[in-house]
Amino acid sequence: MPKTGNEGLAEHIPPLTAHEAFVEANRCLFCYDAPCAHACPTHIDIPKFIRKISTENLTGSARTIFDSNLLGATCARVCPVQELCEGACVLGSDHKPIMIGRLQRFSMDHAYSRGLRVVEVAAPTGRRVAVVGSGPAGLSCAGELARRGHSVTVFEKRELAGGLSTYGIISLREPVEASLAEVEMIRSLGVQLETGIELGAGLTLEDLNGRFDAVFLGLGLGATTSMEIAGEEHVVDGLGYIEQSKLTPEGPKTGRNVVVIGAGNTAIDCATIARRQGAPQVTMIYRRSEAEMTAYLHEYDFIKKEGVAFRFLTQPVGVVADGDLVTGLRAVRVELGEPDASGRRAPRAVPNSEFVIAADQVIKAVGQQKPALFTKLGLATERGYIKVNEELETSIPGVFAGGDCVRAKNAASTVMAVQDGKLAAEAIHKYLRRAEANHG
Amino acid sequence: MADLRIEFAGIRSPNPFWLASAPPTNSGAQIHKAFEAGWGGAVWKTIGAPVLNVSNRYGAWHYGGQKMLAINNVELISDRPLDVNLREIRDVKRAWPDRAVIVSAMVESKPEAWHTIVRQIEDTGADGIELNYGCPHGMSERGMGAAVGQVPEYCEQITRWVMDVAKIPVIVKLTPNVTNVVYPARAAVRAGASAISLINTINSITGIDLDTLETSPSIGGKGGHGGYAGPAIKPIALNMLASVANDSEVRQAGLPISGMGGVSTWKDAAEFLLLGATSVQVCTAAMHYGYRIVEDLCDGLSNWMDEKGFGTIAEFRGRSLARLSDFKDFDLSFRAVARIDPAKCIKCDLCYVACNDTAHQCIDLMDASGAVVPPYAWDARSNGRAEAVASRPQPVVRESDCVGCRLCYNVCPVEKCIEMAELPSGRDSVTWDQLVKANPAVAEEWDAMEAYRKKMGIEVH
Repeated sequence: MPKTGNEGLAEHIPPLTAHEAFVEANRCLFCYDAPCAHACPTHIDIPKFIRKISTENLTGSARTIFDSNLLGATCARVCPVQELCEGACVLGSDHKPIMIGRLQRFSMDHAYSRGLRVVEVAAPTGRRVAVVGSGPAGLSCAGELARRGHSVTVFEKRELAGGLSTYGIISLREPVEASLAEVEMIRSLGVQLETGIELGAGLTLEDLNGRFDAVFLGLGLGATTSMEIAGEEHVVDGLGYIEQSKLTPEGPKTGRNVVVIGAGNTAIDCATIARRQGAPQVTMIYRRSEAEMTAYLHEYDFIKKEGVAFRFLTQPVGVVADGDLVTGLRAVRVELGEPDASGRRAPRAVPNSEFVIAADQVIKAVGQQKPALFTKLGLATERGYIKVNEELETSIPGVFAGGDCVRAKNAASTVMAVQDGKLAAEAIHKYLRRAEANHG
Repeated sequence: MADLRIEFAGIRSPNPFWLASAPPTNSGAQIHKAFEAGWGGAVWKTIGAPVLNVSNRYGAWHYGGQKMLAINNVELISDRPLDVNLREIRDVKRAWPDRAVIVSAMVESKPEAWHTIVRQIEDTGADGIELNYGCPHGMSERGMGAAVGQVPEYCEQITRWVMDVAKIPVIVKLTPNVTNVVYPARAAVRAGASAISLINTINSITGIDLDTLETSPSIGGKGGHGGYAGPAIKPIALNMLASVANDSEVRQAGLPISGMGGVSTWKDAAEFLLLGATSVQVCTAAMHYGYRIVEDLCDGLSNWMDEKGFGTIAEFRGRSLARLSDFKDFDLSFRAVARIDPAKCIKCDLCYVACNDTAHQCIDLMDASGAVVPPYAWDARSNGRAEAVASRPQPVVRESDCVGCRLCYNVCPVEKCIEMAELPSGRDSVTWDQLVKANPAVAEEWDAMEAYRKKMGIEVH
């Protein structure tokens, strides 16, 4: 039985002790042109920061991380390192790869716990940039622009900044405090933060274009996709469920027999929370098979140990409810046909196979919607995502975008969003210098 | 099962492993315990003049997370009363007749003082005496230890005083803190010593504490040089051992040598024996892990001897001395080049950076199509395990440019990934000595050297 309540959702991976970090850092070969640094979307100079741990130059180690990634504390916790840096470690072939994620957290904890301010800011340029959205893409972009001396204001519609790091990542992987500390670090670079202000609701792109020299949109995505099934109003939204687990002391209301729809990383987080909130029975249902799951392999391995049941090839068709009381989920069995547009085998319902899974709570985590806002803002889109060019500039000149809202290709992740913010900041910086040159 | 027994200047020992004169041999109780663990002999911690010790007397050098690659000490000779030591030596020898019990001694540089201590040691029944001419700190300030070992004349004079009265074998222990260890060794030979042992500890300062800016360790705010020992000094000890073992005067006298300095494993010990040692003394490794290490010293050496077909230590003692030579006698036509086995290579590129930054620029990175690519050639927008691993180029040696320096071989973290392949150079074997005798100008004129190279087809990169 996993731990329950607040203790159950406490950070799952413990920090390395100083001794552990020293021993592990010394195990690193200090590769040249290292594959881990290539694999990292933000290309942190990993051998360099690890060597600095081994020489007990922890301030230099933290600075090395910040040089490439201002959100190194979040990335150290949430990155799918098996797919990135650690997966590429040369010691992985016949030894154990270096624990890069945990070493990065060690350096970041050193900097944050001592309030070290190691990121330097250039002299003010007098240029003003608006950043909309304070998730990883927005914060990264804001921080990188502030570094270059630009005056940055971040607009955030929610009460707290940090985006999914604050609201959407299970605290077992990243506690709220770690995300908020990162927000404060970005603010310490001179970035202004205005919360409770939403683009498209009072604030327009025209306003921003008038008041700022450039705009970055790190809007993320919308609410959980609608499944278009009967009784969907009884289904709990997975992102909201995670949010309550992070921000309310008592945690989200949880049933005794919970069904989670979906097999991505968010679905796994929901199932984890449900178990750790004390649900004796948690079942994940997915219309495709194990092979098509979008969750990372290491997360799937994790959830299997949490005592969660799986039903693959099962498609929900309706919620069974007695008034407001959920009693089950109607579903049909599924067979897999030819590969579909996503390259995965398309699910096909088996006729006359409907059955009911008993449940007193149904949670869905089936991906986020592409918000209608993108088109309302007058932005060109691609498959529902904001369309950007190589420089991450949108169809509107001077308006740039990055993060999940532009992730039409490849899987969305925090570190990709951080890199988008960084690349966009570089592009914006060049754009501002061009504009300056044009105005002579 | 190999026979590990040795006879050293008439002293018998069931195996060649002796604890060196140092803290591990400070008392009878300790040596009883060590003999129970299987040590073949022990050189009692030096007895002699009265002393007082200080705290924080051991410093150590750690590297890369590895503890105690070397130890440094400012401990003096035994600070226990002389009569207590003598009584315990007698007890130990009675209890362990088959082990080598040797007593290290150091007294003031007066004949009477040496005569007295020699007689006192002989009264205990000990098997031999070791003359401590090496202690580099404290005792040397009082005209003893290294102050004797560093001056061959003193070394010879005191050894003569000892030999005047000694009836049991006398081993002269040499200090490495000299320009050429052969001279004090010859002094010992001239004085009629029965054997030589080396090396004692090396002058050293372990380090500075970067918080306090005091020495590390700090002895009440002060510190100074001490004696350096442990794994880090082994190559220095091997060189000194070999230079003494190969010296014509020492060889002619036929003196056995007890080798020491950084011996930690049976492999180290085998190397000392191959370079002419008859017994091997150990200190730091025992101070790090305890007396129990002797079990693997014996077991490992015995298994290796079985594999090599050596029945006794005498069969291979000094066997590698013949392989030692001066540069002038090396074959200038010998050629080896590095070869990287792509099946074993993990592409850490340490060979690449070492070769290109600091050696001879003959390792290239090759992409899958065989094209040479620079490092960091990947696109900054690419990422992920699969991409990083699949696109990673392979380091390849450009053999025609490889001078065979062996740096890549040394830095490679994978066993047997880089091989130094011996290739025919196409030239007749010739040493520098032979070359210069035949063509003296090559050593004096660059033009002559260039002409010789051109004739022989020797390209320099």
